[in-house]
Amino acid sequence: MLVVGIDVGSTSAKAVLFDGRIKVYAIQPTGWSPREAGAEVLAEILDKAGLSRREVANIVGTGYGRVALNFIDQAVTEITCQARGINYLTGKAGTIIDIGGQDTKVITVNEQGKVVDFVMNDKCAAGTGRFLEVMATAMGMDVDELGSLPENVNPVNISSMCTVFAESEVISLLAGGVAREEIVAGLHRAVARRVKSMLKNTAPATVVFTGGGAKNEGLRRALAAELGVEVMVPAEPQITGALGAAIIAWEGNGGAVAHN
Amino acid sequence: MSDTYREMWRELNMDLEKHDVFLGTLPVAFGEVFLRQENRPAGMAYFDNALAEAHGGRIQEILAGKKAGRMVAGTFCVFAPEELIFAVDGISIGLCGGAQFTVPTGEQVLPRNLCPLIKSAMGFKLDRICPYFQAVDFLIGETTCDGKKKTWEILNEYVPTYVMELPQKKGTADLTLWEGEIHRLKEEIEHRSGREITADRLASGIKMANARRDALARLYRARWADPVPISGKDALLISQLAFFDDPERFTAQVNSLCDELEDRIARGEGVARKGAPRILVTGTPMALPYWKLHHLVETSGAVIVGEETCTGTRYFAGRVAEDGRTVEEQVKDLARRLTAINCACFTPNKERVEDILRLVRDARADGVIYFSLQFCQPFGVEGRLVERALQEAGVPVLRLESDYSEEDVAQLKTRIEAFLEMIAS
Repeated sequence: MLVVGIDVGSTSAKAVLFDGRIKVYAIQPTGWSPREAGAEVLAEILDKAGLSRREVANIVGTGYGRVALNFIDQAVTEITCQARGINYLTGKAGTIIDIGGQDTKVITVNEQGKVVDFVMNDKCAAGTGRFLEVMATAMGMDVDELGSLPENVNPVNISSMCTVFAESEVISLLAGGVAREEIVAGLHRAVARRVKSMLKNTAPATVVFTGGGAKNEGLRRALAAELGVEVMVPAEPQITGALGAAIIAWEGNGGAVAHN
Repeated sequence: MSDTYREMWRELNMDLEKHDVFLGTLPVAFGEVFLRQENRPAGMAYFDNALAEAHGGRIQEILAGKKAGRMVAGTFCVFAPEELIFAVDGISIGLCGGAQFTVPTGEQVLPRNLCPLIKSAMGFKLDRICPYFQAVDFLIGETTCDGKKKTWEILNEYVPTYVMELPQKKGTADLTLWEGEIHRLKEEIEHRSGREITADRLASGIKMANARRDALARLYRARWADPVPISGKDALLISQLAFFDDPERFTAQVNSLCDELEDRIARGEGVARKGAPRILVTGTPMALPYWKLHHLVETSGAVIVGEETCTGTRYFAGRVAEDGRTVEEQVKDLARRLTAINCACFTPNKERVEDILRLVRDARADGVIYFSLQFCQPFGVEGRLVERALQEAGVPVLRLESDYSEEDVAQLKTRIEAFLEMIAS
């Protein structure tokens, strides 16, 4: 049996072809049309695997674009999908921190991969991928470059988490001659503190970091430092939601899932 | 819209062009949110029409009353003792605002980081698109929160606004203060209406308000059934209209709807499948035409089976004793209602948690959504205590904060759906 999970996020669309294990996966930018992005990323994995759509038994869609996907069998939120995906990869209860393009989520999962509690940012972009993207642009950088800056710098204090105010703050810090890497370290710490406040004073034992934000090593270090725990990043942190969707599709068609 | 109405709005000094734009958005929203529901009770027709005529027929009626010498008072809170208004055969209108449309205008005179309910209400007055605001003789504000308290001072520049001091605790001294405030309002109403409030007149005012409370309580009890005989959206609409409609007619209509709902319950008929996830909403009021949360929840496969809000159970809480023989006794009874309404403006407010837990049990709710309007300090802060108490009782709870705009709908939907998935698993 073959099933597919598709996660259309605000920034990128991800798909996983699953046959009891991850067979192939793909990641594409979402662009302006979530429906087309979903269709294209599906076409890409089918193409990679040399399969046709008819050979796929079940497709579960997730992510903010799930409502736009007219070719899926079921839509499930990314919160439930992340929980299933990470539980499949780790086999453990724990806390997931997911930093995507528009949203930051903290999800608490039990040993069966069920969501026990979750928190998601309000419509404000503070602490999201979008926040870092705007700051990167203000510094003339690409958001992907933020994570590769040197580790041992003194983070400058960023006082505002409001994207608009923080942008002016970054610009004035640059004008004042503060080094870029210190500003970036400061931004990472600010995002990490924001995430910490979403944990509502509970100290998680294990933290898995997912979403596009998890590809930023500097941000991972800042989270580990602020939370005082080890922060693990899956091999491919962007596809864990699509993986969870695939697992739900798999189980929906009667498949049993062994942990990875 | 008929020319008669336009003429009436012109006489009320309304901004006709802006009003057209505002009204133009409503039929679309109403059709989308309400008329697409399946198997709606036939008794909803009255309320659909009441909403359709909210700026038309109902205003005509109020203006006719006004011409005949009836006083028209606007209120903003479930604590306003409407019984005093009824006692002089006055017309009482609840004026809280629930539309994003008027928020930007409200922000011209109020800080942006103030709750949308206050900004919207202020905007309705400044924009001159609310015929109720234009028709009232005066407003009765109260000191439930700092935002409202200070807003009355500004609103008073546009329409006479009388302020009652609502205590923040429920001790003996607080009850005495509130009793004094009700006496003071009684004098104000007597002065404004030119009618004396006698024990007989007040007794009938109390009966009228109680009858409406009883009818709403009955409606809310019907929602405990599974399958639920009426949607949360429809029940919310009825609660919202309670603030505008003629109380006696409204009560009769709610009761006849309840007859229908009770028949449905006996037949096991509902608007959602038996076993559909059941949600209790608690938090800040949802003033007309705010239906966003209910619409999101009920288009995600769940039903809302109760609201512990001012446009819900808090509105009809605190039935007033009907056996007071003197005005003194009756005012004491009216003041005692204070202790039965567990608003976050009180400290401490532990009874609210008890109310919520009882409602969860009675309405067989699977989870609670704690909804707070942005920048509402009392309900925002109290959320932590309620959330913890619910978690300790093993009741799943989702906290949401929002305003009247549509920009966060996708995010809210994700959270609501994830919450429902969490409950179902």
